[in-house]
Amino acid sequence: MQGGDETGSLLVLRGVGKRYATGTLAVQGIDLAVAQGDFLALLGPSGCGKSTLLRLIARLAAPSEGRIDWPHGRPGPRDIGFVFQEPTLMPWATALANVALPLRLAGMPRREAAARAAESLARVELRGFEQAYPRTLSGGMRMRVSIARALVTRPRLLLMDEPFAALDEITRHRLNNDLLALWEAARFTVIFVTHSVFESVYLARRIAVMAPRPGRIHAELGVTAPAPRGEAFRTSAEYAAQCRAVSATLGEAMAVSPA
Amino acid sequence: MSGASGGQRWLRILAPLGLGLLLLGGWEAWLRLAGIPPYVVPGPVAIAGALVEDWATLSASLLVTLKITLLALLIAASLGLLLAVLFAQSRLLELSLFPYAVILQVTPVVAIAPLIIIWVDDVTLSLLICAWIVAFFPILSNTTVGLNSTDHNLLDLFRLYGASRWQVLWRLRLPTAMPYFLAGLRISGGLSLIGAIVAEFVLGTGGRASGLAYRILEAGYQLRIPRMFAALVLISGAGIAIFLALSLLSQLLLRRWHESAMERGERR
Repeated sequence: MQGGDETGSLLVLRGVGKRYATGTLAVQGIDLAVAQGDFLALLGPSGCGKSTLLRLIARLAAPSEGRIDWPHGRPGPRDIGFVFQEPTLMPWATALANVALPLRLAGMPRREAAARAAESLARVELRGFEQAYPRTLSGGMRMRVSIARALVTRPRLLLMDEPFAALDEITRHRLNNDLLALWEAARFTVIFVTHSVFESVYLARRIAVMAPRPGRIHAELGVTAPAPRGEAFRTSAEYAAQCRAVSATLGEAMAVSPA
Repeated sequence: MSGASGGQRWLRILAPLGLGLLLLGGWEAWLRLAGIPPYVVPGPVAIAGALVEDWATLSASLLVTLKITLLALLIAASLGLLLAVLFAQSRLLELSLFPYAVILQVTPVVAIAPLIIIWVDDVTLSLLICAWIVAFFPILSNTTVGLNSTDHNLLDLFRLYGASRWQVLWRLRLPTAMPYFLAGLRISGGLSLIGAIVAEFVLGTGGRASGLAYRILEAGYQLRIPRMFAALVLISGAGIAIFLALSLLSQLLLRRWHESAMERGERR
């Protein structure tokens, strides 16, 4: 069991499990503490319940076992940002209106919401694309809009569900760096679901390696890296060694329950 | 937006127009060469002549028919949309009411029109009801599908931000359903005209306030065949105009975001 010092934790999962109505046990016995300002990657093969875990934390679904504690108070609707694997934008709305949505839903006046949304778009380097419709943007730009929307409420917790999996590698690397820069600047807490060992080592400070059927946490590993991380880290021996170690752990997790 | 696509656009107009003129010319030539009299088959010239000659009567009838058609379409569109929204809010309501909407749709309007005329005293009202019955279902059914096609991730997103039922409907479900509603409207535009015409035939109302269908019946009795064709031309023209107007509306509302309203070059 981990968790250690829970006073600094934003959230603590205790024995969390989720069984769907169909009887499928998606995750079981999850114990996990996430420190404030941490960057945690949930790494595992598809079907290991990573996304389910994220939905439980976002309270889009309720755990069927165990509980999730928030030592510093339960989050409100504006405390959590969520980025899906698809950009999930409203095609009939401009980039600006898409980003302003969370604020408008919370009842913020149009003008103020638009100003905040423009600011958020500028943070993801999309200044000048406020009036663009999603269909006119590239895949990478759409994902930036999605990130700008998640950050527009200045959330304490950013949940990301394989956000860059559908992008080409060059775009993915750029967005990795931009995400790190945003995180360095604002220090919100990130929980990042991925099935890429390389991405998890590059981004995260801590990696929870998950095993499938039922989904559970096999091991937690820390990542040591210079701050800020950059392209130099990606080619360093240190990075390669840690990728190897995480891969080995992932291999163990898979071996415990054959896929 | 190259020159080629501009040429394509002209071709789209000119090709059917040219073919139409060719056919009309052939028709006229055939009648003259074979010596067929206009009371058997009238040629385009005779029809055009009747159209001009009887314009006063025909245009008044056209207005009557158009009024019924458009009013029925308006009522069908608003009621269809309203009912679809109610269906989206309550599954129970949808399950209990939808079968009856289907029954309304599959029962031929020709068969119920006499009943409606018996039950409803007012002529205009019975015409309206007939046209409405035919026009209503495509809008209801299309909009219902549209309201239920909402992206699940977007729904999750709205839930995450604590959106109210009303906000989900207004900001998410209705915009999603818009293209479906407009597609239904385009189908219903033509159907509503057909409904109005069929009802006029069944009613056979005479007098000055009668529609184009009655003019066709009347001209048939009097063996004024060119006039019959002239009324037919007006009905087709009205149908085409309604379809074009609704297509334009759909284009204007959707052009910035929906695949159906985009030029191929703009698609990604």
